[in-house]
Amino acid sequence: MQSLKRVPDAKGRFGPFGGRYVPETLIPALDELEQAYSRWRNDREFTAELREYLVNYVGRPTPLRRADRMSAALGFDVYLKREDLNHTGAHKINNTLGQILLARRMQKHRIIAETGAGQHGVATATAASLFGLSAEIFMGEEDVRRQALNVYRMRILGAKVTAVASGSKTLKDATNEAIRDWVTNVRTTFYVIGSVVGPHPYPMMVRDFQSVIGREARRQLKKLINGLPTHIVAAVGGGSNAMGIFHPFRHDPVELVGVEAAGEGIETGRHAASIAVAEPGVLHGAMSYLLQDADGQIQPAHSISAGLDYPGVGPEHAYLHYSGRARYETVTDREALAAFHQLAEWEGIIPALESAHAIAWVLQAREHLKAVGARVLINLSGRGDKDVDTVYQLEEEKG
Amino acid sequence: MAVPSGRSIQGVAAVAETFRRAHDEGRAALIPFFTAGYPSLAVLPELLRAAEDAGADLVEVGIPFSDPLADGPMLQKAAATALAGGVRVDAILDILARTKTEIPRVFLTYVNPVLRRGFDRFADNAVASGMAGAIVPDLPWTEARALRRAFSARGLAVIPLVAPTSTDAHLAALRSADGFVYAVSVTGVTGARQSVAGDLETLVARIRQAVPLPVAVGFGIATPEHAQAIGQFADGVIVGSALTEAIMRRPQAPAEATYAFLRPMAEALARARGD
Repeated sequence: MQSLKRVPDAKGRFGPFGGRYVPETLIPALDELEQAYSRWRNDREFTAELREYLVNYVGRPTPLRRADRMSAALGFDVYLKREDLNHTGAHKINNTLGQILLARRMQKHRIIAETGAGQHGVATATAASLFGLSAEIFMGEEDVRRQALNVYRMRILGAKVTAVASGSKTLKDATNEAIRDWVTNVRTTFYVIGSVVGPHPYPMMVRDFQSVIGREARRQLKKLINGLPTHIVAAVGGGSNAMGIFHPFRHDPVELVGVEAAGEGIETGRHAASIAVAEPGVLHGAMSYLLQDADGQIQPAHSISAGLDYPGVGPEHAYLHYSGRARYETVTDREALAAFHQLAEWEGIIPALESAHAIAWVLQAREHLKAVGARVLINLSGRGDKDVDTVYQLEEEKG
Repeated sequence: MAVPSGRSIQGVAAVAETFRRAHDEGRAALIPFFTAGYPSLAVLPELLRAAEDAGADLVEVGIPFSDPLADGPMLQKAAATALAGGVRVDAILDILARTKTEIPRVFLTYVNPVLRRGFDRFADNAVASGMAGAIVPDLPWTEARALRRAFSARGLAVIPLVAPTSTDAHLAALRSADGFVYAVSVTGVTGARQSVAGDLETLVARIRQAVPLPVAVGFGIATPEHAQAIGQFADGVIVGSALTEAIMRRPQAPAEATYAFLRPMAEALARARGD
C-alpha cells in the first residue's frame, strides 16, 4: 500500500495536478471561497445544518445492500451503495446542498451552475429553490435539445436555463459560459460547480461534500460484514461520485477502480476516457488529464452517458492514477448498455447510464474477481429513469 | 517612420522602448489585437502592416484556442473561425518568423497550447518568431513562475494582468514583472462596451503606485472617444473585439478595415494630452 500525502496542498495541488488557472479577476473570489470553506467546513452549526438537510430532505443515509441475484450469478459478493435513492435521483444533491449552505453564509444571493445532461442543473435548482435563491443554469444548446425534460424540470424549480451556443454546445462549453458569467458577476454570484473539477478549492470541496457516500458505506459494511470490500468501483466523468466513495477508504487495503467511458472504443477517438490517454493539460481552471490535439486544443468527448461526456477529469483522479493509488479502466457504450439491462433484470434496479459503466466493468472483470474471491462495492450513483428515453430511442434505431 | 528592415532592440527591451517613445510624444501607446487565422492566416502580415501604418505602437497576436473562457462573443467567434479554417500553432509561428515589423509584438494565448508545447520550447519559438513576450489570460501570477523563468532567460516578458478585483498583495507581487501591466477595465470578458468604467482611473493609479511599469488598459474599448479618455491617464490602450468586429464587417478587405479602424484611434490618442 502506498501512503498518500495529504492532498491538496496549500496551493490546491494534488502532486502536479490541480492549481488555479483562471483569469486574475477570479483569484480574489477563489481566495474568499477558500477562506469561507475552511472557516465553515468543521463548524458545528454548519455541519449540523447540512446533516439535517441530508437526512430529512435528501433521505440519507442511502441504503447499502448485497445484490443477491447478481452475486449468485457472478460467484462473488457484490454490494450496491444506493445513491440513486437520493432526492432528485443521484449523488449530485450532496454537493449542491453543501455549496448552497456555504453561499448563504457568504451572503451570495445569485447561484449559477453548469450542467451537461441536466442532473447537476436539477440538483442546483432544487437546492436554490429550497432556500429561495435565484439560480441560472448554463447548458449547451445541443444538450438542451437532447434533454428537454430536464430543462423543463429546472424551470419548474424556478431556475433560469440559458442555452450555450458556442463550441461543441455541450457540457464543456456550458462550463466556459458559467465561468464567463462568474468573471462578470463575481461580486454577487456563487458558482456551484458540479464535479471534482475546476480551480482550487472546488475539487477538494466537492470531494469533501461527496465523501458522505464513502463514510456511510464504510459504516454500513462494517455492520453488515464486519469488514472492508476488496474493490470499490465507480464511474468517472468529472469524477465526483467516485471521489466521494473512494476518499474515506484511501488509507484502507482496498482496490479503488474508476471506470471511464470508452464510448465507441478508445481506438476510434470517440470516447471520454481522459485518464486512459493520460495527457496532462489545463481545462476549466485545473491541471489534469484531458482530451486534446497536438496543439493543445480541447477535443470533443463522446459517451452514451451524458454525465460522462466530458473531455477532462478531476485533478485528484489524475493524481490517484499518477500515484498508483487507484486504477482506471474503461467500458464502451455497448458494454454499459448491456449492464444497464442486466442490473434491471437481476436486481430490479434501473441504473443511470453513468452507473451502468461501473456495473459493466464488474461484468467485464468477473473471472478475475471470482478467482480472487472479491467483495465488490459498487457506487450506484444515480437512477436510470432519465435515460430510459435515450435507451429506448437507441434500441428503436437498431431495430 | 518605420524602416521595414526590422528593429535592432528585441524582446522586453523593445516593449520598454515603445512605451518610452509614446510617453516622450505625450500620448498613450495604441495596442491592437488580432486573432491569428482570422479571417485567414495568410492576411496576418497585411494586418500587422496596416496596424503599423495606422500608428499602432505594439501589437498582440492571438493564438486561437478552443475554449477561450476570458473572451466574449466576438473573439470567441474569431477563434472558432480560425480553428475551423485549420490554423495550427506551427503555421502561426512560421508566418510570424517571416513577417518583420518595426513595432514589437506579443502573443496572447491561453495556457494549454503553451503547456502542450512546453514552456522552454514555446519561449524558443517566440524568440524565433520575433515576439517580445506573451499575455496568458488564464495563467494568474501565482501560477506563472515556470513560464516566467523560461521567458526571462530569453529576454521575453510574461505580461501580468490586473483586474478591478485584484488585491494589494497581487499588485505587490508584480514588482518583479517585465514589459507592461495589462489592466483589465471591467469584471467581465472581452468585448466592446457602450462606455468605459468610471473607477478605471483609480485602478490605474493603484497599479502605478505599486508597479514601476507602463500600464495599458484593455477590455471594452471600442471608439476613438474611449481611447482618448483612457489615454489621459493610461500608458497604453488595447483594442481587440471592436477591431475584430470591424474586420468581420469587411472580410474581403481586412487590411483596409484595420487601417480605417485604427487610424482615427491613433489620431485621437495623439491629441489626447494636447487638448
